[in-house]
Amino acid sequence: MQFAPHTDDDIRGMLEACGLASVDELYADVPAAVRLERDLSIPQGLSEMELVAEMRRLAGRNRNLDDVVSIAGGGAYDHYDPSVGWALAGRSEIYTSYTPYQPELSQGVLQALFEYQSMICELTGLDVSNASLYDGPTALVEAVNMARSATRRDRVLVSQGLDRRYLHTLESYGRGSGYRIDTAPLSGGVTSVAEVGEDIAALVVQHPSFWGNLEPISELFDSAHRAGARAIHVFDPLSLGVLRPPADVGADIAVAEGQVLGNHLNYGGPYLGVIAARSQDVRRMPGRIVGETTDVEGRPGYVLTLQAREQHIRREKAASNICTNQTLMAVAATVYMSWLGPDGLAEVGSQCLAKATYAAERLGSLSCAELVWPDADCFKEFAVRPGRAPRDVQRGLFEAGFLVGPIADAESLLVAVTERRTREEIDRFVKAFEEAAS
Amino acid sequence: MSGVGAPVRTTGPPVPATLREVSRRGRRAWSLPEMDVPPVEVPHEHRREGRVGLPEVSERDLVRHFTRLAQINFGIDTGFYPLGSCSMKYNPKVAETVAALPGFQRLHPHQPEETVQGALEMLWRLERALCEITGMHRATLQPPAGASGELTGLLIMRAFHEKQGSPRAKVLIPDSAHGTNPASVTLAGYRAVQVPSDSRGLVDLGRLEKVVDDDVAGLMLTNPNTLGLFEEEIQAVAAAMHRVGALLYYDGANLNAVLGRVRPGDMGFDIVHMNTHKTFATPHGGGGPGAGPVGVTERLEPFLPAPVVGFDPEGQRYFWDSDRPDSIGRVHGFGGNFGVLVRAYAYVFGHGRDGLREVGERAVLNANYLATRVKDAYPLAYPGRPMHEFVATAKRFRSHGVRAMDIAKRLIDLGFHPPTVYFPLVVEEALMVEPTETESMETLDAFAEALLQVAREAETDPEPLHEAPTTTPVRRLDEAKAARELKLHW
Repeated sequence: MQFAPHTDDDIRGMLEACGLASVDELYADVPAAVRLERDLSIPQGLSEMELVAEMRRLAGRNRNLDDVVSIAGGGAYDHYDPSVGWALAGRSEIYTSYTPYQPELSQGVLQALFEYQSMICELTGLDVSNASLYDGPTALVEAVNMARSATRRDRVLVSQGLDRRYLHTLESYGRGSGYRIDTAPLSGGVTSVAEVGEDIAALVVQHPSFWGNLEPISELFDSAHRAGARAIHVFDPLSLGVLRPPADVGADIAVAEGQVLGNHLNYGGPYLGVIAARSQDVRRMPGRIVGETTDVEGRPGYVLTLQAREQHIRREKAASNICTNQTLMAVAATVYMSWLGPDGLAEVGSQCLAKATYAAERLGSLSCAELVWPDADCFKEFAVRPGRAPRDVQRGLFEAGFLVGPIADAESLLVAVTERRTREEIDRFVKAFEEAAS
Repeated sequence: MSGVGAPVRTTGPPVPATLREVSRRGRRAWSLPEMDVPPVEVPHEHRREGRVGLPEVSERDLVRHFTRLAQINFGIDTGFYPLGSCSMKYNPKVAETVAALPGFQRLHPHQPEETVQGALEMLWRLERALCEITGMHRATLQPPAGASGELTGLLIMRAFHEKQGSPRAKVLIPDSAHGTNPASVTLAGYRAVQVPSDSRGLVDLGRLEKVVDDDVAGLMLTNPNTLGLFEEEIQAVAAAMHRVGALLYYDGANLNAVLGRVRPGDMGFDIVHMNTHKTFATPHGGGGPGAGPVGVTERLEPFLPAPVVGFDPEGQRYFWDSDRPDSIGRVHGFGGNFGVLVRAYAYVFGHGRDGLREVGERAVLNANYLATRVKDAYPLAYPGRPMHEFVATAKRFRSHGVRAMDIAKRLIDLGFHPPTVYFPLVVEEALMVEPTETESMETLDAFAEALLQVAREAETDPEPLHEAPTTTPVRRLDEAKAARELKLHW
């Protein structure tokens, strides 16, 4: 493969125009001692046909969700993404462009992001959304930094119902930023907070939780507010057709993994980090934000705004270091949310809830399995404790054609049921589960 | 030759109405199967009241809306996009084809390892290739963007020094550095200390040596640097850092220039981040997704984010290696932007060793050729030989009331995406031009002619520059108003 269009004549002519005799002279400023005087130890290039064959070989060594039925969750879900989503987000005028530094040439991406921000505000009930972050866990890191900046406090109280990947990501970034993380324990599968300390910057609650349970979220956030802390809600965007939105339950900042909004599973990325907040924190919001304005003739148009928060202006004092975000995923999410509309969103939520509940009842009735939190309410995910080691059960089920998981702890695994699953699939899954777990 | 020297868009209707304005109650695009299990009520205290304010549109509405938005957006596929520091090269279509294979796209991140051996093999081989290209020992593929890679590298730096007894307090950065460098330094818990450039636009070695002490954790540098010049004294710079136990960090923004010619590891760098969306042509996506792999030398390997991909040669199997006690931990929710890494793999192995070297050579040739063609009108900010990009100054036009931004906007009317302007900050009226290797001599000639035409206009009749752009759906936008009268949603 080669995409540079240079003919030998071009190279000669261009070198001559530069007053050079050879390509080597272009590198004359490189000291001899640091030049690579050998070939890279990488195979010679491939024709497109050979490359596609090689990629098919690698892809063919994976079992994918066209071969197995996904009942898996833990932060990534097999929801249906309609054809129209990537047919539009995949337009190359969009995906081969970059951050809209020249707004007159980039109104398409800017307007799509403005609409994305608008729809995230509609979903969450909050005042302001940015144009996306990397993924759910890194969005939580940014939310915690916003809370620290707002409260000038350095401790974070995190529910034990938070997906541990979020916790681990928070811990990694905390090594540099210096915040301290405390955890609030679970009781009966939901977060239990007696009192939030006056030195807490933020209370972080995932609702529905990692375990799939609905949390007493309003009460938890009331406690946070009594202590002057920010309430951070880790939410599921597709739950908000049926569940109360972050603004209603008292969240100050809401973050989410946006994969569920029409993005492919992609073995973990690229996804998008959703973040929304109340207007009190707009100047603490990280990343790109699109605003509407007018041009010299008074016509409406869109620009990147509030750039004084950002690294290219504020440098070491910036709200965040983020530059490139996940714009393309946000565009796909915008198409997907528009495809669903209010009724489609509610229908997806209703189907997830009903199908997960049906699966939980069926699994809970097996003698070889028990629900970990039988009294908790769920949305689309729940934990089950099989009679055998979860890893063995997961492998057995995979052989039977079902992906389940992740493994939640030494004894249990998560089961997630989206609108995409049929009753017949769930029935077959329960039967396979019985065989794998007993 | 579309996109060369002729306006690529006409003054059409302005931006379309938002989907909210198009929305009509009861119209819909969605369809789902009938529910086949008993319905379940949401408990009262959790139930959402009322409908969400999403648009209600037909699928045809959606298609026309986003098609129009695509049409009023300029990408590399539209025309020449010489945005300095961003390596806006052609994005091969085959990379899109292979990334869309269900065997990559339809993998769940919680699948058991034995069911994703091809994905892990791909990641392993990509890591090995990136280490070979940069002269590093191991790499993490987790960071989802360049800035994320920077922070990851700095957290590795911090963990290394902590293990030696003290994290140290300062990280040095050149005054020409990208804004993400100082921002990442702060997030890693360090204080950014600026190092001035000398009259050649290179790190001032004398002044560097004055600020280096044993409280310096490291120095962040690009090479070629942000001015597009090669830091000739890089070995002395590395020695100055290593003498006090500090580390040298390579910001891979400009790696494209030296592919197969020079390796950061051989220059003395300890930590290297790469931008796959620059060097390895993964699409920029309108602002992302990217991927920012970070390579390190052997002594820093223990601190890499966990997990990394492991390979068991006996069992010939790949696995996620999570047992890494000194690791800085996780920097992405899953294994990074896998779909982007598939595209980078296709680029690296599609080009191969000779192809990659030619990529760098032709990128440097294109930048030098273009600089030569326009240098009389747009002198280089510093005298050295440019590598893959050059920084010119438009300050001579200021006496005619013409700013770099006016030149940029006029280029839009002539059919080109403008170069980066006003960066790096150390150059007045900076125009930072990076043509990349995928542009032909004809395109460069046409762009040079456009730049020269604009220079003539600036001196004789600057009106079209101040009026520009006039061929776009909107003309110059009031950014001050946008920040003053915040309208961030419909």
